[in-house]
Amino acid sequence: MPLTVALLIGMLTTGGTYLLLRADRFRAVLGLTLLSYAVNLFLLTSGGMVVGQPPLVHNIAEAGGAADPLPQALVLTAIVIGFGMTAWLIALCLRMVIDEPVVAPREDDAT
Amino acid sequence: MFWVWLPLLALFGSMLPGPLHRLRRIDPSWTAGAITLLGLGLLLPFGPGIVWEGYSYIWRVEWVPALGLSFALRLDGLAYLMALLILGIGLLVVVYARYYLSEEKRTGRFFGPLLAFMGAMLGIALSENLLLLVVFWELTSITSFLLISFLQHETAARHGARMALIITGLGGLALLAGVILMGQVLGSYDLSVILQQGDVLRAAPEYPVILALVLVGVFTKSAQFPFHFWLPHAMSAPTPVSAYLHSATMVKAGLFLLARLYPVLAGTDAWFLVVTTVGLVTMVFAAFVAIFQHDLKGLLAYSTISHLGLITMLFGLSTSLSPTAALFHFLNHAVFKASLFMAAGIIDHETGTRDLRRLGGLRRLMPMTVILAIVATGAMAGIPLLNGFLSKEMFFAETLDARTLFGLSWLLPAAATLGAVFSVAYSVRFIHDVFFGPLTTELDRVPHDPVRWMRIPVEILVVLCIAIGVAPALLVGDLVQAAAEATVQGQLPEHTISIWHGFNLPLLMSTIALLGGFLIFERRRVLFRWVEEHANISQGRAFFDWLQGEIVAISRRIETGLKTDWLHVHVRWLLAAFLLIPALVLLPIFPWEVLVHEMPGPVPMVLLVGGAVGVIGVVRTSGTPLTAIILLGVAGLVVTLTFAWFSAPDLALTQLLVELVAVLLLLVALPHLGTPPADRRSVAGRGGDMLLALGVGGAVTLAAWLQLSTTVPSISAWMLENSYPLAEGANVVNVILVDFRGFDTFGEVTVLAIAAIGVLGLLDRLSRIPAPEELRANTPLLLQAVGKVMLNLALATAVFLFLRGHNAPGGGFIAGLTAAVGLIFVYQVRSPTGDPVRRPASMVPWLATGVGLAAFPGIIAMLLGRPFLTSASIHLPVPIIGELHLSSVLIFDLGVFVVVIAAVMAMLPTLGRLPLADTYHAEREG
Repeated sequence: MPLTVALLIGMLTTGGTYLLLRADRFRAVLGLTLLSYAVNLFLLTSGGMVVGQPPLVHNIAEAGGAADPLPQALVLTAIVIGFGMTAWLIALCLRMVIDEPVVAPREDDAT
Repeated sequence: MFWVWLPLLALFGSMLPGPLHRLRRIDPSWTAGAITLLGLGLLLPFGPGIVWEGYSYIWRVEWVPALGLSFALRLDGLAYLMALLILGIGLLVVVYARYYLSEEKRTGRFFGPLLAFMGAMLGIALSENLLLLVVFWELTSITSFLLISFLQHETAARHGARMALIITGLGGLALLAGVILMGQVLGSYDLSVILQQGDVLRAAPEYPVILALVLVGVFTKSAQFPFHFWLPHAMSAPTPVSAYLHSATMVKAGLFLLARLYPVLAGTDAWFLVVTTVGLVTMVFAAFVAIFQHDLKGLLAYSTISHLGLITMLFGLSTSLSPTAALFHFLNHAVFKASLFMAAGIIDHETGTRDLRRLGGLRRLMPMTVILAIVATGAMAGIPLLNGFLSKEMFFAETLDARTLFGLSWLLPAAATLGAVFSVAYSVRFIHDVFFGPLTTELDRVPHDPVRWMRIPVEILVVLCIAIGVAPALLVGDLVQAAAEATVQGQLPEHTISIWHGFNLPLLMSTIALLGGFLIFERRRVLFRWVEEHANISQGRAFFDWLQGEIVAISRRIETGLKTDWLHVHVRWLLAAFLLIPALVLLPIFPWEVLVHEMPGPVPMVLLVGGAVGVIGVVRTSGTPLTAIILLGVAGLVVTLTFAWFSAPDLALTQLLVELVAVLLLLVALPHLGTPPADRRSVAGRGGDMLLALGVGGAVTLAAWLQLSTTVPSISAWMLENSYPLAEGANVVNVILVDFRGFDTFGEVTVLAIAAIGVLGLLDRLSRIPAPEELRANTPLLLQAVGKVMLNLALATAVFLFLRGHNAPGGGFIAGLTAAVGLIFVYQVRSPTGDPVRRPASMVPWLATGVGLAAFPGIIAMLLGRPFLTSASIHLPVPIIGELHLSSVLIFDLGVFVVVIAAVMAMLPTLGRLPLADTYHAEREG
């Protein structure tokens, strides 16, 4: 199980990183979204990954334990803030498009 | 204990002049004056006790006890003298500035920083904790930067301010290092402990380093050789600033620190040699240079450096009376130099120039000013019956009394006399070139004495020069004595400052100085020619400029090597550097053996495959936005399912809803973004990027895996156990959000609200233009019919999710997103992007309401004397539903709910109503 989850996180990171390295706003937004998925999952793994044990008090006895609620609480707000950040980024992109209508790479592959 | 408010009074008071000026049309000088006067009112009542009874006060609040940092203040004789100068001269400067500055310059931008500076200086004067002192010390550097650069359109002002900031700021860092070392050695940063342990410190092996670091701080701040050169350049400040900062206060901060740490640092050979020599060189050198300054303020600046050197030297001499003499001159110099700067300002104000070569013969036109200036200059030169004469006599006496420097018994007195000779020479030049000789013909106006109130501060100071000169013991004798005893932390021999000591060596030295000074002035033409031919006096500045130029050039070279406007190139470097961490840290310790026996179950396998499809799909189709957004949805769904499968129902719900809203958002923005350009990077370049991405992804995989394979004790056990007993909630995630860690959540909804306002701000101007025709698609009838039902359903679900959130998956975030999805749906149906059904900006009050609601129970708790966001609850029996549990966290969660809805509603419609770029530009041109 741990390897599967870790691989999922790694895949999301790889895709996000690659898109972030493109010289393009839209791809950067996609990349950042993938990266935020990865980061949120990664945060969740800090509490361990268990199946069928949601952190609801009445269920604990029945399920024989509970997942760590603290990372979940952290990730929950992180998801919402991630959305706020994405929206802000898109607004920034729009503003850039409108402020400088000519969007063409001036130097191809600047390294 | 009113005095402890002094620094804070001025620091917080600095926020008042600007707003009061804008909102209530109150002249900022009145505000600044009132605050300064209030400060004096707080300070003066403690005077008699301190001066005559020898009281001292200490007051403290712990700040970071673990670091030894406390907000501790002390008020003793030395602190009192310093604070008195800061406030007294501060008040006069405020009055003077009111008449010096023209109407449009007299704003909060001048008086605000002036008050802040005053507060920082008072902080230095009153600090009991040395770390606190360093904080205030740096604050004076920053506020003085603002004041020097007040005339920010002038290059000289910006340059001078930057130089002052760099030099004194660097000195402050050295001082901080010295103070920390001192604290390490003595185990405390409190003066009351430190001052008792001089012997320990002087014997410590770290002593030379500490001394050097502290002295660098002192010498930079008080413009001692070789760090003196920033002060003349700081003269580009408005004259009231020079009168305040560069005569009475900031440059005295270094000397004040010398006095403050005198019992700990003084008394060694190193102290005597370094401090005396630096003071001596500074005094003689600066006095010599001052003679050749053509700028009135430049002359005064070098004179100030010279006098500061004199005081430094007195502290270095460390005879039994030298601290008394030093503090006496400290006081006298502040009085006469402040008045001289003000007089220079008056001349500048009336004639429009400060160039001594263009001035002359003004005595008939400005009879009052000439009298004031002559008296103050007399004090500076050391003419009998004026205050400067007395302290200079004491200085001469101490040089005769001191140990021998470099084994030459005549060196100190001779050098002191030489400095005094130069001092008389530049004083004579100052008066002669401005007021005497033929009347200048180079002025474009006829100068006259200034308005009465501009003169009054100068008159007060000049009267003080005479009064102290005539009756020193009566007026300031006890004050200086009290300050000196606070400086040495002990009793001093009773010493009466008197006017006449009989015919003795100091009097002879004074006489030589006077005669010599006049002689040099008489022969000045020869000297001027010699200096012009031989000496480049501003060596310090040249070196500073050279060094700065070199540093900038090196940075440029590095920059051109690395610089590009392309952000992703920087990201590439950053990631490559990031890879070093796992390579060096993770790989060596990784337990590869856990890899062997892993068989994934069917569900994780599905997640993995789904994730692969999503990620690879997004990357492959990133050139065709619509497909990419849909595939991004797939990846998001996989993440949602992962949350659901691994026991995080709240997360799954949240992720699902955010996914919906985010995809909507991207779709709405799509027409504006246009088609992304094709990836024009070469195949090899793309391969490299892919390798880098795989490296980063691999590193994160390893890290996640390591994290999952190791168990560390979690702090959540407490939360699981106490969630129900303490917070009466069964859904522990929600309890953590709204109760246990409510403060975090409060911060997070605030961030969300700020992000929403940010979006509005970025797009505000644009969203006023109606959206183009092609976006006003006709809404399908079916959608219109379904819309209302959908909304009602969504709202009902939201209320349900909200109410049960405390005990089952749900809560403010999830309910808010649910409601927002419904609202967005209806919004899009009813107003297909065009009609202004509701201006999105109207969401701002809702955002504020939400944040306010979230804060409300917390504030109530605070008013009841509990910590912020303490929760409370009551139980009400309600028919049908059963017992209703009403808790203050419900209000908090309601706030979260409102912020989430308002944020989504502010962002999405704003983006949706935007005009296309071409339309916008057509509109703007048309």
